[in-house]
Amino acid sequence: MISYAIYFGFACLALAFAFNLWRLLRGPTVGDRIVALDTMVINAIALIVLFGIVTNDGVAFEAALLLAMVGFVGTVAYCKFLLRGDIIE
Amino acid sequence: MIEPGFLAELFTSLLIVLGAGFALVGSWGLVRMPTLMERLHGPTKATTLGLGGILLASVLFFQLTQEVWSAHELLVSIFLFITAPISANMVAKVHLHEERLNRSGSVQSRAGKVPRSPGKGDWATYEAPYRDTPVAMSEE
Repeated sequence: MISYAIYFGFACLALAFAFNLWRLLRGPTVGDRIVALDTMVINAIALIVLFGIVTNDGVAFEAALLLAMVGFVGTVAYCKFLLRGDIIE
Repeated sequence: MIEPGFLAELFTSLLIVLGAGFALVGSWGLVRMPTLMERLHGPTKATTLGLGGILLASVLFFQLTQEVWSAHELLVSIFLFITAPISANMVAKVHLHEERLNRSGSVQSRAGKVPRSPGKGDWATYEAPYRDTPVAMSEE
């Protein structure tokens, strides 16, 4: 039963990735692209966690945690650059 | 009689399906909504909640198969629940800033333009507030 749920989860997340990619390419403003990238990172974390369930090991969560941190820092850096013209002043 | 193992498995699958569904709805909102301010809603709320569901399912799954409680997933979800509002706030600030510079494009949201803040100043996307606004005077 769990395997069917995981198949369903992978399908949903793949579709979500396609939507995000569409928004990332389409724009129209820079803010839209930032949101799309941020959502893609969150979906990638979900994919990694699902992959960890499939392979049944806990190593994937280190990657998930790292990606969560790097994704957040990346989003804030993009926004800071657009707001201030610089990241670290 | 229903076994507890079966119940745990059912609950885990339900959480995975719900989480993936919420993530999909969040991304669909990102495609569907007219302007950036509305597009922010989907990813910040629905997608974060969906990821929370998948992480909870992972906690349950490892308890089910290896009989260990793992706290990694909780760490990830707490971190994401803390950072999602912050990054949404930053993106909203970027939107206000672009609108002030008239770079936000011609598409209008159904709610109309973003209202100006009360008082003389504008929304605080600059580091220092405008002079003579209540915020600036309260800092003196």
